[in-house]
Amino acid sequence: MFACIYSEKLPADLSLTDFAYAFSPLVEETKPGTVVIDVDGCELLFGSAYQLAQEVACRAKQSRTSGGLESTVNVAIAANPDAAIHAATRLQGITFVSSGEELTCLGEFPITHLDYSLVNVDEQTAEEIFETLRLWGIRSFCDFASLPVAGVSERLGQEGIRLQQLAAGKTERHLKIKQPEPVFANSFELEHPIAELEPLSFIFARLLHQLCATLNAYALATNELLVELELEDQMTHERRLSLPYPMRDHKVFLKLVLLDTEMHPPAGAVRGVSIRCEPVKPRVLQSGLFVPLAPAPDKLELTLARLAKLVGEENLGSPSLVDTHRPDAFNMKRFVLPAKKNNRRLPIETGQCVGLRMFRPALRAVVETEQGCPAQISAWGKQRSVYGKVVQLAGPWRTTGDWWREDRWARDEWDVAVASSNKLSDEPPGLYRIYRKLNSEMWFVAGNYD
Amino acid sequence: MRNALSKAEIKSDIAARFGDAFKIHERAAAETLSTGVTEVDASTGGIPRGAITEIFGPRSSGRTSLMYSLLRYATTHDEICALVDTNDVFAPAAAAMSGIDFERLLWIRCAANLEHAFKATDLLLHAGGFGLVIVDLGDVAGKDVRRIISSWWYRFRRTVEDRPTAVVVISEEACTRSCAALTLELHGRAEWSQASISYGNLLRFNSINVNRCRPLLPALNESQFRARAIA
Repeated sequence: MFACIYSEKLPADLSLTDFAYAFSPLVEETKPGTVVIDVDGCELLFGSAYQLAQEVACRAKQSRTSGGLESTVNVAIAANPDAAIHAATRLQGITFVSSGEELTCLGEFPITHLDYSLVNVDEQTAEEIFETLRLWGIRSFCDFASLPVAGVSERLGQEGIRLQQLAAGKTERHLKIKQPEPVFANSFELEHPIAELEPLSFIFARLLHQLCATLNAYALATNELLVELELEDQMTHERRLSLPYPMRDHKVFLKLVLLDTEMHPPAGAVRGVSIRCEPVKPRVLQSGLFVPLAPAPDKLELTLARLAKLVGEENLGSPSLVDTHRPDAFNMKRFVLPAKKNNRRLPIETGQCVGLRMFRPALRAVVETEQGCPAQISAWGKQRSVYGKVVQLAGPWRTTGDWWREDRWARDEWDVAVASSNKLSDEPPGLYRIYRKLNSEMWFVAGNYD
Repeated sequence: MRNALSKAEIKSDIAARFGDAFKIHERAAAETLSTGVTEVDASTGGIPRGAITEIFGPRSSGRTSLMYSLLRYATTHDEICALVDTNDVFAPAAAAMSGIDFERLLWIRCAANLEHAFKATDLLLHAGGFGLVIVDLGDVAGKDVRRIISSWWYRFRRTVEDRPTAVVVISEEACTRSCAALTLELHGRAEWSQASISYGNLLRFNSINVNRCRPLLPALNESQFRARAIA
């Protein structure tokens, strides 16, 4: 059974929907001033459906402090929600429409009172159908309901059928339940400030568990967490964790938040914790039988966070080239699993390139020259050294750039083969890229061809 | 005859009581990942997955060229790869010219910290899902390489043995000892040409000789390929 509550003059600051929630959790806000509730299962609380209707009408008259609306409402009970709506909007007080006797109650209503929006018929079509019915001499719900269905379908189409079912109180539909707005944020205030991470982790775990439960209930995930720590000195420590993929695993979130807090600790003891997230649709991925295995996104994210803690965020990622001729210019991008399959499958045969191992920073060298060409090199560093006679060379290649900037470069580069100074050694010469800075005339070893 | 019979009886008794608990499990043939070099693939069959491969040799012996080739093949065949760069020597510009797809490469720069390199490798291997993990110890001094305790290598070997991850260690001296399923020793020889009149010589190729040290096979243990110098 369904109950429709209709109020013509409701005070602007009062909500009929909130009032209806006092009787049933299944509430449809049909239009302003009209709500329909499902009263099945409310017998233990309010007695019969008629008693419930009386309770609704009685409570509506009460003051707002008592949870009432301070106004009179029409209440109609029917087995069909649309029949209940028609009865409540047209009949004063309490109306009870027995199942199967909808036309007894609503049959005399003029045909123009049909609420066509309930059956998704647009206004123009409805007006045309009403005009046709008027020409046929059909004036009331009862007249319309008594027409043969086949004839109505033939002449008025599917819209006509739907309107006829509406007039007869025989429509079949579910209530469009109004859900309360979900809140994807949790906070916790502490009586005593916490200065250590371990006790704080329990607070994080509790808040994240609740947050993930809410996300789970709405079949959503998140790709951004905002952690706000209220500190003892009234300052706020904010951290935003961006995830490359939507996730909702509270254990993964907890580890990520803890690792991030370890890497970026707050400046003082924590008095309050607040965690918010941006809800998004979960990631849907179709994997293939013949696609090579890739790391699981949540595991990868944890591994990257642990690696970032170990080597530093700036030392981790995918390299990307910069649009410049500056030697050894590159950027580090955040590593994200590629979504697309690689279509650029290179065959095995085509040529291999000589590898280059860059020395960062470049190794300062002392170079003896003969006729302007390097003849002897000696360079020492903490980790490596290059010493010996140049037995082969190619160059110089001059490169310059960014002359308008402070960090401009201008250098002559050479490829050299340096023979080992150890005469007993039978090692072949090492291949190096060396360069001379034009502005300072200083020599450096840039790297090693390998 | 009697001995053989009694041995068979004992075996059947044991099998009845303990099932196949004493049976020596034969390991399935290892899947391999191509090195991207036809000549090396022909002699080695590719690098084994679920095992450690060691590539060692002196400077300019072609270790990095072979590493580029491995990365190039793996990244363009949808494998997710990781490079643990102990001494921060990876050159993205040169690597890009060799055809490596950077979107599938995770580069970890360890700023000459050997301990960080091993911890990072351990994290990567435990995370799973990587097709190729390269540990570049090529510029670590010999005395430091020799000091690496074997338990690290045993740990890595144990971690990857049932996974489709190929671990490649690049170093100047052999260091993984018995933990490597495949060990390759490299030697390079530069080829210069007089192609350019204005600038004299040009480095054209590095001719790389690959010797398989472990496991040795009676047939083919040596191969050679040439790496083209970057223009």
